[in-house]
Amino acid sequence: MSVTQQFRIEDGTDRYTASSSSNGRGELDVDLAIQTFDLGRIYKIRGPKRKEDPKTIVALEGVNLEIRRGELFGLLGPNGAGKTTLIKILSTLLLPTSGRALVNGLDVATQVKEIRREISMISGGETSGYGLLTVEENLWMFARFYGLESRVARQRIEEMLKIVGLWDRRRMKISDLSTGLRQKMNFIRGFISDPTIVFLDEPTLGLDVQAARDVRAFVQQWLIDHPDRTVLLTTHYMAEADEMCDRLAIIDQGRLLALDTPENLKRRLQREAIFNLQVQPLGKRPSRDEMIEAVPGVRQVTVTERDDHTDLQLILEAEEVLSNVLMHLQKRGSSLLSLEKREPTLEDVFIDLVGRRLDEDTSQRNGGDNG
Amino acid sequence: MAESMLTDVAIRSTPRVEKARGFRLFWATVWARAYPRIVGATREMSWLFFETLLPLLSVAAYVFVYKAIGAPEDYIGFVVVGGAMTAFWLNVLWSMASQLYWDKDQGNLELYVLSPGPLTAILLGMAVGGLVMAGVRAVAILVVASLVFKVTYAVGSIPLLLLTFLLTMSALYGMGMMFASIFLASGREAWHLANLLQEPIYLVSGFYFPVKALGFWVATAASIIPLTVGLDAMRQLLFTSDPTLGFLSVEVELGILVVLTVVFISAAYFLLAKLEEIGRREGRLIERRR
Repeated sequence: MSVTQQFRIEDGTDRYTASSSSNGRGELDVDLAIQTFDLGRIYKIRGPKRKEDPKTIVALEGVNLEIRRGELFGLLGPNGAGKTTLIKILSTLLLPTSGRALVNGLDVATQVKEIRREISMISGGETSGYGLLTVEENLWMFARFYGLESRVARQRIEEMLKIVGLWDRRRMKISDLSTGLRQKMNFIRGFISDPTIVFLDEPTLGLDVQAARDVRAFVQQWLIDHPDRTVLLTTHYMAEADEMCDRLAIIDQGRLLALDTPENLKRRLQREAIFNLQVQPLGKRPSRDEMIEAVPGVRQVTVTERDDHTDLQLILEAEEVLSNVLMHLQKRGSSLLSLEKREPTLEDVFIDLVGRRLDEDTSQRNGGDNG
Repeated sequence: MAESMLTDVAIRSTPRVEKARGFRLFWATVWARAYPRIVGATREMSWLFFETLLPLLSVAAYVFVYKAIGAPEDYIGFVVVGGAMTAFWLNVLWSMASQLYWDKDQGNLELYVLSPGPLTAILLGMAVGGLVMAGVRAVAILVVASLVFKVTYAVGSIPLLLLTFLLTMSALYGMGMMFASIFLASGREAWHLANLLQEPIYLVSGFYFPVKALGFWVATAASIIPLTVGLDAMRQLLFTSDPTLGFLSVEVELGILVVLTVVFISAAYFLLAKLEEIGRREGRLIERRR
């Protein structure tokens, strides 16, 4: 779907909306923060020999998304799935190779300056800023890049430093900050410019439990205080996505596989039986017929070899299938050490959709750190 | 686009913070980016030793050679002025030309590009900050060396001297802004490029001797470096022995500096825009690889 209507809003900028989402009355749908239409991105990677044809990597393919204003929307997927590519396109750092994307009704390909006034981005493991400057000096510098008056910038810096508990460290050089404190400063940097849409790219990467909890709480409180603002979060932490997001899209190898609320996604597996099993080591790789997947009624299996045992995660069509699985294991010379039946998690949803665990790296087949 | 319905539509929102646009945003960005360089000079004072004393050693070597061979007294002054100007050349090479590459590595470039502040304002801020930073070093070298080697200056026209200095700096930092894009595009080679340019420019720009000594054609080719003609013009305005030791007349050299300023700043503007376009199209150049 690519039919769009154009509107001019009171600040003089032209904005667009998709006809299907303009509520049938030919009005700009101001409730939509982000829309993508068959969005795609292909990378051409050249090898060391210039004469060789470039290798083509499909990082995104046919992505259609509608994110509403006020939503905390999550993109969940493994490394190399295309999450970062999507965020880079929406934040105007990268052009799509096909399709179209609108941010606040502005086209990411052509209305770059207007979009940049309204967005910000925070990435996990960020090392931005200048080590010689103090926390408040760095924040002041970035605030000025967004056109905030010096006085307003200082006022907002004070407010936000107090909120995240960094006020006492405002005169500390940022080179002396720990990873967690530095990421808190990065969060202030991202929010100080009063954005309407914030892109959070793996924001809790490398943080300890408490620091991760603090930054999550900060984002959630910001959305409560500013209900018309939007956050797009990419993560490969299931619990983070489950806890924070109003809606989630599961993405793998550049394609959206599912999109719904975390509850509804988990409900998809409500009828299935999910078990965690610990069994004696399964040993050598089985033939196709000997694989657990070959047992009738087994929907998905993930196998993790440990030092002294093997962990199995099973999604079965019905509980009764479990006895067949146990007989199968017995035939392979293994026996049960422990068994746990549990409620479906987002990880189960991911395994069900993709056929492997989230932490299995797919970057090699999908563009590495371009993902 | 199938339809166009240009109507006034208001977007509902909670109160927004006022943000500058246009010229005000440009200058806010310039000063914000200049700030780390200006304030940075007061944070680690070790530069006083390394960046004043070490250039003085090079200056001293040439001074003793000139004294030993009985060169005209003004040659001592030439070396001192040239030694002071090395501060600007090193600053342009390592803190302007290489800066965007380092900023990319640190993750700052991505944030610069993402912000509404123009990239040209960021580069100009770097130049202004760098000029202040290098200016302090140059003055320190000039004062100490002039006292140690008892240099006598005979300034005819202070306004003309100031104009020459300002034009030299505009052209030099314009070149630094242009190099910043070139170095960024050249990736890891940036480090080698900077190394490659450092010492040869000392030679062909005549930092420690009158550039006229290189002969007309070499000196003409070297005039693409603003310091070559800028330094030559300043020496003519600072010492009595000229114009005999000068390469071209001061007026011609000022004309060359004006042309170089326009060319380098225009090229910097064009290259930056091109670089961002390539970065967005190819998915490289701007983003830090994680």
